[in-house]
Amino acid sequence: MNAPRNNSRNAIQAPQRKASDFRIRSNRLAEFSVERDYDKCIKCEVCIRQCSFDVHYYEEEEDLIKHRSEDCVGCQRCAVLCPTDALTIRPNPAQYRAHGSWSSEHVKDINLQAETGGVVLTGAGNDKPMPVYWDKLLINASQVTNPSIDPLREPMELRTFLGAKPDGVEIENGKLVTSMPPQVQIETPILFSAISYGAISYNVQKALAEAAVELGTLFNTGEGGLHPDFYKYRDHAIVQVASGRFGVHPDYLNAARIVEIKIGQGAKPGIGGHLAGEKVSESVSITRMIPAGTDAISPAPQHDIYSIEDLRMLVYAIKEATNYRVPVSVKIAAVHNAAAIASGIVRAGADVIAIDGFRGGTGAAPKVIRDNVGLPIEFALASVDKRLRDEGIRNRVTLIAGGGIRSAGDVVKAIALGADAVYIGTAALIAVGCTLCQKCYSGKCNWGIATQDPYLAKRVNPDIARKRLVNLVKGWSHEIKEMLGGMGINSIESLRGSRSQLRGIGLTTEELNVLGVAPAGN
Amino acid sequence: MSSIITNSKVEIDAAGLPYRELNQQIRSAVSIGAKHITLRNVAGQRYIGTNLYEAADRKALDELEIEILGTPGNDLGMFLDGPSITVYGNVMDGTGNTMNAGRIVVHGRAGDITGFSARGGEIFIRDDAGYRTGIHMKEFGSMRPIVVIGGTTQDFLGEYMAGGLIIILGLTLKPGELHYFSHVGTGMHGGAILVRGGLADYQLGNGVGVVNLEEKDRDSLLKYVELYGTYFGVDVAQVNVDQFVKLAPLSKRPYKQLYAY
Ligand code: SF4
Ligand code: SF4
Repeated sequence: MNAPRNNSRNAIQAPQRKASDFRIRSNRLAEFSVERDYDKCIKCEVCIRQCSFDVHYYEEEEDLIKHRSEDCVGCQRCAVLCPTDALTIRPNPAQYRAHGSWSSEHVKDINLQAETGGVVLTGAGNDKPMPVYWDKLLINASQVTNPSIDPLREPMELRTFLGAKPDGVEIENGKLVTSMPPQVQIETPILFSAISYGAISYNVQKALAEAAVELGTLFNTGEGGLHPDFYKYRDHAIVQVASGRFGVHPDYLNAARIVEIKIGQGAKPGIGGHLAGEKVSESVSITRMIPAGTDAISPAPQHDIYSIEDLRMLVYAIKEATNYRVPVSVKIAAVHNAAAIASGIVRAGADVIAIDGFRGGTGAAPKVIRDNVGLPIEFALASVDKRLRDEGIRNRVTLIAGGGIRSAGDVVKAIALGADAVYIGTAALIAVGCTLCQKCYSGKCNWGIATQDPYLAKRVNPDIARKRLVNLVKGWSHEIKEMLGGMGINSIESLRGSRSQLRGIGLTTEELNVLGVAPAGN
Repeated sequence: MSSIITNSKVEIDAAGLPYRELNQQIRSAVSIGAKHITLRNVAGQRYIGTNLYEAADRKALDELEIEILGTPGNDLGMFLDGPSITVYGNVMDGTGNTMNAGRIVVHGRAGDITGFSARGGEIFIRDDAGYRTGIHMKEFGSMRPIVVIGGTTQDFLGEYMAGGLIIILGLTLKPGELHYFSHVGTGMHGGAILVRGGLADYQLGNGVGVVNLEEKDRDSLLKYVELYGTYFGVDVAQVNVDQFVKLAPLSKRPYKQLYAY
């Protein structure tokens, strides 16, 4: 059968390689093995068109579709779309001789650096088998003495108010007389975390924004500015002010429900970022307000913040610029002294602190940082919450925890550990199609998410993506209600910081102390 | 309210006013049509000019003039978007921080990070400026920030600079004296710095080089040196376009080689 060749690939020509094009260019072993069942393959060329890494190609002499496994990143796009299930992509069974100390990953990275002399980049979150403390926490449920509540029959409150709370309230004649700091109401304690347009495509940011509108929650622009088309989602936007100050101007600040100062990111604490010029398309350029094609460099620090006093200066600059209408958030990476830093941030006048754990995702980070720097969100959250309580200032901020929230169970545990709400980023992208291949930095995301290539980006239909995001958050919200009901409480407020609802399993005494939870069975 | 209003001119006595109150008074003045505001006895109040956004329309803001007598505090004109500010005195850190449009003219010297991350507008400092002047300035479309420093600055001038123009006149240097800054333009990937006065190789940061002046640089120099003379009443006859060297990034992608692909 002769299928038409190269018919629907608009921008990019499907590669046609001859067998002689093969070259040994690296002594790295392929990470994945592409297996094609030639009995099933109908030479439709779907895989050729789908793979932006040019793994598949048509070989004219033999009239066969062939592949180069060494370029495969394991995103599974081709396997899922192959109409005859002819493709299997699996980790390369061929491995270096097993070694307890030198993993295949070490050997491959050393080779890559020996070949290039560069910093090894990666995307998505830390993939190392570090302990996930959510999995070592168990949630309580009531039996007999405090009857559980059925959320299908009784009202169950997930509504959350973000913003500083006063030390006390005064009510006269049934009216609140205390002047309240600005509050932002969300209908479920789940927000979409900062992902910039530039790191992700227009369609995906649009889907996040529209899902936030539909769910009554917020999306976060990240540090890449707000595209002119997205100002219409202003009632559901958190806008970031980061070290690059991309697209930051009075309209932008005033378009937000919350302005977030980005100090750090869980996947890369302590470092900045460089959005490569290739990803600064015309449309990204308008959003970031820098010329198309230039690198967008975010320095590691914000150069007007070298101290807590300086942070206070920026917090209040933003409050001035927004006429004190908008809560100001400060986002930090979870690091060893997060608790003391958070205390300083409260005193700097922030209304919200977002803490991003070291399993948080990223569009690009040096792998050595992603995999070695930072702290699990569970520890950072528990210690920050405790410190702020001990100092009597916990009411002065909302705590948002992010970086590795994978399920409604994690959300409930985070809130019991002291969070007011959670940020989800990776989970949201998975809902849109991400398969965690970790190649976001390449700009070639086959799932159309972390890319500015129009041919790839149109793979995400923003309406379908929106629906999937709404479904996910609705599903989680209902699960949270079920768990709350099971504990015999009918409002998420009652769960906040209620560590007595948690028990630790398989944890050391020190770990239990940091988390502030009793051991299971106790 | 300690202000006096006469036909669109307003005077505010800032003595003892916390910044929030002072800025509120400025906003009220603008919202009732003030076009020229004089602030007296300013002593460290921050964020002057930062939020006039809702007080008047675009055109009124572009025409608004604010005159400051005294020493304004940090972040003078942060996020500034249109108005002109003239300061008779020195300014502190963060003048014109993340500014979008407008003009700041300082009859004195400036602290650190003057013009940090500015995307547009003009800043004129009569004397010297502190560390990290013009750091991470950028430009976009027709927006191009200009920073003119009459004297010299401390280190890290134009670090990470991505666009715009910095002009350093070196007027405060003694004959034969070198500029105070080193690490100029480290990580610079856009824009240009035009320097008059002693400059040695070792003062240049990584990734920046000396290149020939282009016609447009000469035009800019003629224009902004003359403006400098006019604003400050300084005789600029001694300043000659040929005395300048141009510092420009060696690459638009300084970190391209940093990563392994
Ligand atoms: S990179 Fe993705 S689309 Fe390409 S061959 Fe591998 S699994 Fe298939
Ligand atoms: S966003 Fe795309 S490139 Fe990044 S991990 Fe997910 S599928 Fe891979």
